[in-house]
Amino acid sequence: MSGAGDREAVFPTRQSLGIMKAKLKGAETGHSLLKRKSEALTKRFREITRRIDEAKRKMGRVMQIAAFSLAEVTYAVGGDIGYQVQESAKSARFRLRTKQENVSGVFLPAFESYLTEGNNDFGLTGLGKGGQQVQRCRETYARAVETLVELASLQTAFVILDEVIKVVNRRGEYLPLKAEHVIIPRTENTIKYINSELDELDREEFYRLKKVAGKKQRDTAAADAEMKAKKAAAVSESNRENVEPKDHSAPADILATGEDDDVIF
Amino acid sequence: MAASQADYKDRQFIAVIGDEDSVTGLLLAGIGHVTSPPDSQKNFLVVDGKTETSAIEAAFESFTTQRKDIGIVLINQHVADKIRYRIDTYTAAFPTILEIPSKEHPYDPEKDSVLRRVRRLFGE
Repeated sequence: MSGAGDREAVFPTRQSLGIMKAKLKGAETGHSLLKRKSEALTKRFREITRRIDEAKRKMGRVMQIAAFSLAEVTYAVGGDIGYQVQESAKSARFRLRTKQENVSGVFLPAFESYLTEGNNDFGLTGLGKGGQQVQRCRETYARAVETLVELASLQTAFVILDEVIKVVNRRGEYLPLKAEHVIIPRTENTIKYINSELDELDREEFYRLKKVAGKKQRDTAAADAEMKAKKAAAVSESNRENVEPKDHSAPADILATGEDDDVIF
Repeated sequence: MAASQADYKDRQFIAVIGDEDSVTGLLLAGIGHVTSPPDSQKNFLVVDGKTETSAIEAAFESFTTQRKDIGIVLINQHVADKIRYRIDTYTAAFPTILEIPSKEHPYDPEKDSVLRRVRRLFGE
């Protein structure tokens, strides 16, 4: 088991087990983070493409209405105002401001339109007649431009996100794949290996301890037996000494008194 | 990331390339701007039947790469068709190219280079 699979060359110690565990945790966290980033971006991207589609259709309608109102102006003024308008355009009333939105660390710019104050290049357009139509046309076109600006923001976000997703996926697919299929299994293998080696050491240690304990037990048992034997010997010795005077008091023939008990030493 | 802050914070104008009606309408809305002399540059170009393709291209070039104050370039779809190869190869985020319909030419989503990219991404 310990030799199975690819693993890192480490000594199976508790310290390296700790290191490996930290490494595995890091790899897993990084992996899920990258995956989540890529998912968040893709989600955003899909949303934007859907909105672009909608906005483009809306733009078609809005521009049609605007063109119609311009035709009204031409009719009311009774001539072409194009030249006059082009000549009198001096400074933009309608301007853009860019702001940023942060989606998982990617800055998406968004346009915002605003009107500058007190700036009217076309004060004289339609002065003679059709002034009302001109005014209405301007408003219609202003609304159209707002729609266009909105669409432009979406489109910019689309272009940037497209680019970023390509990069993130290149990295974000490679790295999680590497993490998923190389780093994480290898670290897990290493941890398994270290664990099994440590277990093995534990078992060895246990066996050794058991052996030692057994030996100790045997030694004690032997020592006990010896002690008992010594004691028994001492007791029988003293018995004999106690008996001897009796023998003297009653002098008898030692040889006559049958057999003595065996003395065991 | 893809575009730094400095790249687009000064972009506050909308440029337009289109037929007379579209340009007139958008100018009425107030997007027209002429930079101060001596090199007064307009941010709009009127295209009619007589306008050369090279002139459109030059204007497109000037709005997209030379001028740094334009955030959005509006271009009529039928005009865009004339310089389609330029628009299809244009990939920068700033300024944004937006194809708009004109009075005579209704909007065709099939031709729009961005929408085509969208379609391609979704494999349609």
